[in-house]
Amino acid sequence: MQDPCQLVRKSFGDPVAEDMRFVVKSVVGEENFIDMTPNMSNNYCCGGGGGYLQSGYTEARHQYGKMKFDQIKNTGATYCIAPCHNCHSQIHDLNDHFDGGYHTVHLWTLICLSLGCLGENERAYLGPDLAEVGL
Amino acid sequence: MADEALNLSEKKAEFREKIKELLPEGNLNLCFTCGTCAAGCPATGLENMDPRKFVRMIALGLDEEVLTTPWIWMCSLCMRCIYACPMKVDIPNMVGLARRTWPREKRPKGIIDSCDMALRNDTCSAMGANEEDFQFVVEDVAEEVREEQKGWEDLQAPVNKKGAEFFLNQNSREPVTEPDEMIPLWKILHLAGADWTYGTKGWAAENYCLFAQDLENWEKIVRVKAKAVDDLGCKVWLNTE
Ligand code: SF4
Ligand code: SF4
Repeated sequence: MQDPCQLVRKSFGDPVAEDMRFVVKSVVGEENFIDMTPNMSNNYCCGGGGGYLQSGYTEARHQYGKMKFDQIKNTGATYCIAPCHNCHSQIHDLNDHFDGGYHTVHLWTLICLSLGCLGENERAYLGPDLAEVGL
Repeated sequence: MADEALNLSEKKAEFREKIKELLPEGNLNLCFTCGTCAAGCPATGLENMDPRKFVRMIALGLDEEVLTTPWIWMCSLCMRCIYACPMKVDIPNMVGLARRTWPREKRPKGIIDSCDMALRNDTCSAMGANEEDFQFVVEDVAEEVREEQKGWEDLQAPVNKKGAEFFLNQNSREPVTEPDEMIPLWKILHLAGADWTYGTKGWAAENYCLFAQDLENWEKIVRVKAKAVDDLGCKVWLNTE
């Protein structure tokens, strides 16, 4: 899971990062959650913030994001949860650019999936392994 | 690299003085060049720059280099440097001040256009979605869920509900390009029993004028949004961005 700079380091700090972990672990199961290193307030920015996505400096944005990409790949996880819009766009794009083979999902998607109420048209970011679950 | 030593006495260091004036808490003089900032900054190495170097160049009065490098647009203002810095040197705000020295028309067009677009109507949408379009999309999507998804006949996505506890912002990307992505959020709010609403005014979560460092228009947008929350009498302003 990405700790969004805006939410964690720049606003509510480690307590909100702990809250998010509580939610994520409840949703995916504790044994399925793998943290990145470093994380929480120490986490690296994904490279989507500060206007980067609109700035036109695409090559730099990818180079910047390589640090995040490697962090995600090092977890070995197949899904990265991005609970922020910019993070979601950037991490999704990093996967396309560097051919990462992971899926980038919003937290709301997984919450509803685990509650058994995720509709058919609300699954754009799920991989084939989860796309049909609970339909 | 210059083969001659820099003659610092020739440098005017106007930007350094400006930072001292506008950012007295910036701790520019406290940097002891440890490099902690640069070690943990993903923008290190881009344009042959890094945060420590940026700070040193300001301190040395290398104004021309500091104020022309596009690196200031490749820093994401993520604040990891100041978080990690033992002396709390405020590099992100120095980057912001450097952005402000660029003439508006020279700043990245995509950021400026998004800022300008948000000023066109009271929705504050950087993608230009207007009040009617937003309300139509929300009501249309909610209606479809009520009709087609079993167990969700009661799902509400209120717009302009006076006195609701939460005023919810929404990034423009959803209503404009992938409206179905709003549904899971509504369902969670419904299951939590939250008393919430969107507003036709001020619903858009983004504010690119901040990144453009057009602070006058940034404030204008924040005020339009805050007024929208107040006008509906909502207690909490929730921003999902
Ligand atoms: S971490 Fe702080 S003190 Fe160390 S080099 Fe960077 S700005 Fe200077
Ligand atoms: S705010 Fe900018 S300089 Fe500081 S760590 Fe983030 S990207 Fe690097």
